[in-house]
Amino acid sequence: MSQTTIDPRHLRPPPKRQIRLSWADERVRAIVWQVLIVGAVIGIVWWLVRNTQHNLEVRRIATGFGFLQREAGLPIGEHLIEYTPASTYLRALTVGVLNTLKVAVIGIVLATILGTLIGIARLSKNWLLSKIAAVYVEVIRDIPLLLQLLFWYTMLQGLPAPRQALNPVSGVFLSNRGLRLPFLDWQEAHSWALLAFVAGCFATWLTAKALRRKQMEDGRPRPLWPAAIGFIIGLPLLVWLAGGAPTAIDWPALRGFNFQGGFTISPEYFALLIGLTTYTAGFIAEIVRAGILAVAQGQWEAAQALGLRPGVVLRQVVLPQALRVIVPPMTSQYLNLTKNSSLAVAIGYQDIVSIANTTLNQTGQAIEGIAIIMAVYLTISLSISFFMNWYNNRIALVER
Amino acid sequence: MSEISLGTSIAGVPEAAPRQPPALTTGPVAWLRANLFSSWLNTALTLVLGYLIVRYAISFVDWAFVNAIWSVENNQTQACRALKASATPGACWAVVTEKHRFILFGTYPYEEHWRPALVCVLFTALYAVSAMRRFWRKELALIWIATLVVIGILMWGGILGLSYVPQERWGGLPITLILATFGLAFAFPLSILVALGRRSSMPAVRVLCVAYVELIRGVPLISLLFMASVMFPLFLPEGINIDKLLRAQVAITLFAGAYLAEVVRGGLQALPKGQYEAADALGLSYWYKTGFIILPQALRLVIPPLVNTFIGFFKDTSLVLIIGIFDLLTAGKTAVVEPAWQGFGVEVYLAISVIYFCYCFAMSRYSQNLEAELNRHRRR
Repeated sequence: MSQTTIDPRHLRPPPKRQIRLSWADERVRAIVWQVLIVGAVIGIVWWLVRNTQHNLEVRRIATGFGFLQREAGLPIGEHLIEYTPASTYLRALTVGVLNTLKVAVIGIVLATILGTLIGIARLSKNWLLSKIAAVYVEVIRDIPLLLQLLFWYTMLQGLPAPRQALNPVSGVFLSNRGLRLPFLDWQEAHSWALLAFVAGCFATWLTAKALRRKQMEDGRPRPLWPAAIGFIIGLPLLVWLAGGAPTAIDWPALRGFNFQGGFTISPEYFALLIGLTTYTAGFIAEIVRAGILAVAQGQWEAAQALGLRPGVVLRQVVLPQALRVIVPPMTSQYLNLTKNSSLAVAIGYQDIVSIANTTLNQTGQAIEGIAIIMAVYLTISLSISFFMNWYNNRIALVER
Repeated sequence: MSEISLGTSIAGVPEAAPRQPPALTTGPVAWLRANLFSSWLNTALTLVLGYLIVRYAISFVDWAFVNAIWSVENNQTQACRALKASATPGACWAVVTEKHRFILFGTYPYEEHWRPALVCVLFTALYAVSAMRRFWRKELALIWIATLVVIGILMWGGILGLSYVPQERWGGLPITLILATFGLAFAFPLSILVALGRRSSMPAVRVLCVAYVELIRGVPLISLLFMASVMFPLFLPEGINIDKLLRAQVAITLFAGAYLAEVVRGGLQALPKGQYEAADALGLSYWYKTGFIILPQALRLVIPPLVNTFIGFFKDTSLVLIIGIFDLLTAGKTAVVEPAWQGFGVEVYLAISVIYFCYCFAMSRYSQNLEAELNRHRRR
């Protein structure tokens, strides 16, 4: 009597739908449609490929990536790795990729800082500050980036010649040849100190993890800062001292018509960096603002009611929730900045697009040139979205 | 009983000290106190910002209006150059006064400039009409077709007594508006198809749509424009040559289609599942379901982000500068190439910025208002 009754429906296998060869059957229709669409796409692609092959034959253009090993003969002003016009196209394109990364990475960092500041300023209780931030965001977002880049580049070119260079701070010169900064006379000890700094950051991170684990065991928080100071500041300092503590600084000085020494930021790079940073910061500001507004007022109040200090409230309660809203749109802004860095070609900064464009003009290898540009950007885009997805998953709400 | 307790409670209250009247909570003084001088920090911030604003505003007004030169005769720009080098620099708006026809209309024949001017007015009117909700009906499509035909006639001419103007001579603002409008008109239907395809139950269709969207979104628009300018001619059979403007238009359309498709997909996903199921339960076919139930609701949900995408897309048309198509920005850049006017780019770029800003700001305000209006029922 008290036996569990078994639902007879569970014993019966689900009814098997047989495929009827009829237009009325949804699955038959789906298959037919897909075959037709895929067929059409393949047909179009095949037609394009055949046209292209024919055109290439007529124009006597050899396909393939063999040209990469040939001598490029194109001068590149800024290169992070050794490069001369006698280097190969492959080397030139590598320089281009590095130049793109150089502007994209620094632009992302600066735009994030500036955008966050403006986003917070827009929420300020000070009417003047919030209005200034609002006007900035409105204006910067409603003007094409290319126009802004041209504007900045023209502004920089309108600066005085090196002889009358602006000298806002001693040792810093701003002229139409770019920005000159004093820089460390780079010694081996500096490289080792830099390495020690990176290692110190890593060690601090490991320590933080270990401390967190211990706190999980006995519930007592332990301070991280002694270890952090030791690893991040002390260790590089020791290495630097051990290396003989070189302090020589390379000061820029006017010789003839231009500056010698110091560290140069070219006007092209400078204009591109200013343009990308200020433009993207306008969008990031809105994202940050929306993210902070998305945290319910009750969360602030509840945290304060628990007696947490304002800094802790921000760090432990508000920010983790705001970041969840902020990170996904921020990812697309980072991607946009990277893709927008391709506008460098308009102001003569030699990024990958500019160098690939010159390459395809010199060699006539249009298809390969554009394929390289697309491959590079797809790789960068996918890497950024992969990293940001990983980060997003880390901070996402852990739902039980 | 109650009297006693009342008496004790009164006795317990100490003699009230004469108090200050409460602080004002309305009026300009209270507003200033609350918004600008609420604390020491805020007061300091207000004063510093106020000082900076006044200082820079004065030097900007000096530069842009007080010291500015508004026109010169016969391209004699010495006065402008002297002003630029002087201690009180000023803007040389003469370059804009002199070149405004060229910047706006490019190399279009001078005596026919009323035609592109009328075209710009028509485009703007078309946007304004499309923005008004009372015109959101089927007839709007007819208005669009009619206006675009009129615009084509005005630009090309060759009939109705208008002289023929070849496409190579078009330029300036009409090109920007043409690229944006036609790009949009073709990209929007494309994006709806792609968004539907991406949510389709047919795996092959889905894969194709995902590949298209992700590929286009992963690369910059410039690479597509380069592709249009150097690779499209290789793709086509010999003897068929499409015009450069049309090629750029195709690239822009493909680009916008991918971005719009993602927005439309957002709307399709946001629609409650019950709507799909109800339509299925009524036995509607896929296209009836999509056309009469799903799309009208899904598109309405995403109008604000759609408008934002349009704004981005309007700005992106300026990238055709890089492949040498004569849009507004290219015309401006070319205007200062002439030796007499070299070095006055800042003024020209500011003037062009104002034009772009007017269009984009109008769209962005419109999208904000529309969002507020469409969300009104939700706030209740």
